[in-house]
Amino acid sequence: MSERQIQIEVLRYNPETDIEPTIQAYTVSCLNEWVVLDALNYIKDNLDATLSYRWSCHMAVCGSCGMMINGEPKLACKAFIHEYSDRIRVEPLVHFPIKRDLITDIEDFIAKFASVKPYLIPKEKRPISDGEYQQKPEDLLKFKQYTLCINCMLCYSACPKYGLVPEFIGPAAISIAHRYNQDSRDGGRHHRQEIIASSEGVWECSFVGACSEVCPKHVDPAGALQQVKLASTIDWYREHLMPWVKK
Amino acid sequence: MGKKMNKNSYIREVPRASWFLKQPRYIRYMAREVTSLFIGAYTLMLVIAIKRVAEGPDAFQNFLEILYSPLGILFNISTLLAALYHSTSWFNVTPQAMPIQWGEEFVSGRIIVGAHYIIWIAISILILVFGV
Ligand code: FES
Repeated sequence: MSERQIQIEVLRYNPETDIEPTIQAYTVSCLNEWVVLDALNYIKDNLDATLSYRWSCHMAVCGSCGMMINGEPKLACKAFIHEYSDRIRVEPLVHFPIKRDLITDIEDFIAKFASVKPYLIPKEKRPISDGEYQQKPEDLLKFKQYTLCINCMLCYSACPKYGLVPEFIGPAAISIAHRYNQDSRDGGRHHRQEIIASSEGVWECSFVGACSEVCPKHVDPAGALQQVKLASTIDWYREHLMPWVKK
Repeated sequence: MGKKMNKNSYIREVPRASWFLKQPRYIRYMAREVTSLFIGAYTLMLVIAIKRVAEGPDAFQNFLEILYSPLGILFNISTLLAALYHSTSWFNVTPQAMPIQWGEEFVSGRIIVGAHYIIWIAISILILVFGV
């Protein structure tokens, strides 16, 4: 097992004492198979117990360890040390306020996520005695990729539009809305359209595509947003050119 | 560069004018957006051309001379390059915006992109053969 001395430069910010964040460097001898999260855990356990960051699963499932690693939004548990040089800069996800060290304030995202009604809204009430909904593999394919989102918010950090226009509903929330819209069991699209087809919704997106490039689960939020744009445009033409056609 | 807000969180502000210099992917995006200015300028040129035609043969001749000047040729070549970059960068992302599902699978993105190129080449040939 090979080891390497790595300088881990971490952004530190203590809201009680600091006016501005500072960078603190730790030298850690890292095993080559470590991920950045292992190095942070090493620092916390052995060098500096005051370092604060979020993590839970250590396997790219819980979505809580998102941070900027050398300026790129990454999951710390999926960023392998051997892919980096001897100096690694770790900062909290950009576009989010810093609460402490690597911990960001994610309330804005949570509120937006909830606002798009990310749950099944059945077309009509069905008694339980009718049994389960049935879906074919082709029905599942329409939305499966969007179910893989782990709400890690890397896409919000990658998205320059969210950085410039904080009202933007953003990639993950619109993708999850699209996921339910694409579901054959769902009938709630018009409820979600009010939010996601508004100007703070999908029309704030100019298809930079950065969200899809950084997504650790290959959800392709950029694709979802363009599909929502296309569907909303078709809605508009339907409504204005063929008002007699019922939705 | 940043500021404290209530609840003592620290906000890092995004530089309004230079944000896109931070990442190569933002520069690529800006390049794609900037190419549309060339296409806009070219469209304006076509409008001017119509105006010159309406003003008579001398005005149009004058317009053509400007087009054939080194600056005019430079403008045309750079617009062509910009249009090529603009079109190809959009063609390459069409599978994301318009996925095509065939039964239990998505049609390969290469086919969707390829179809765009083929139609583009076919239309270009048609215009070259019949349009001139
Ligand atoms: S710790 Fe769960 S995603 Fe990284």
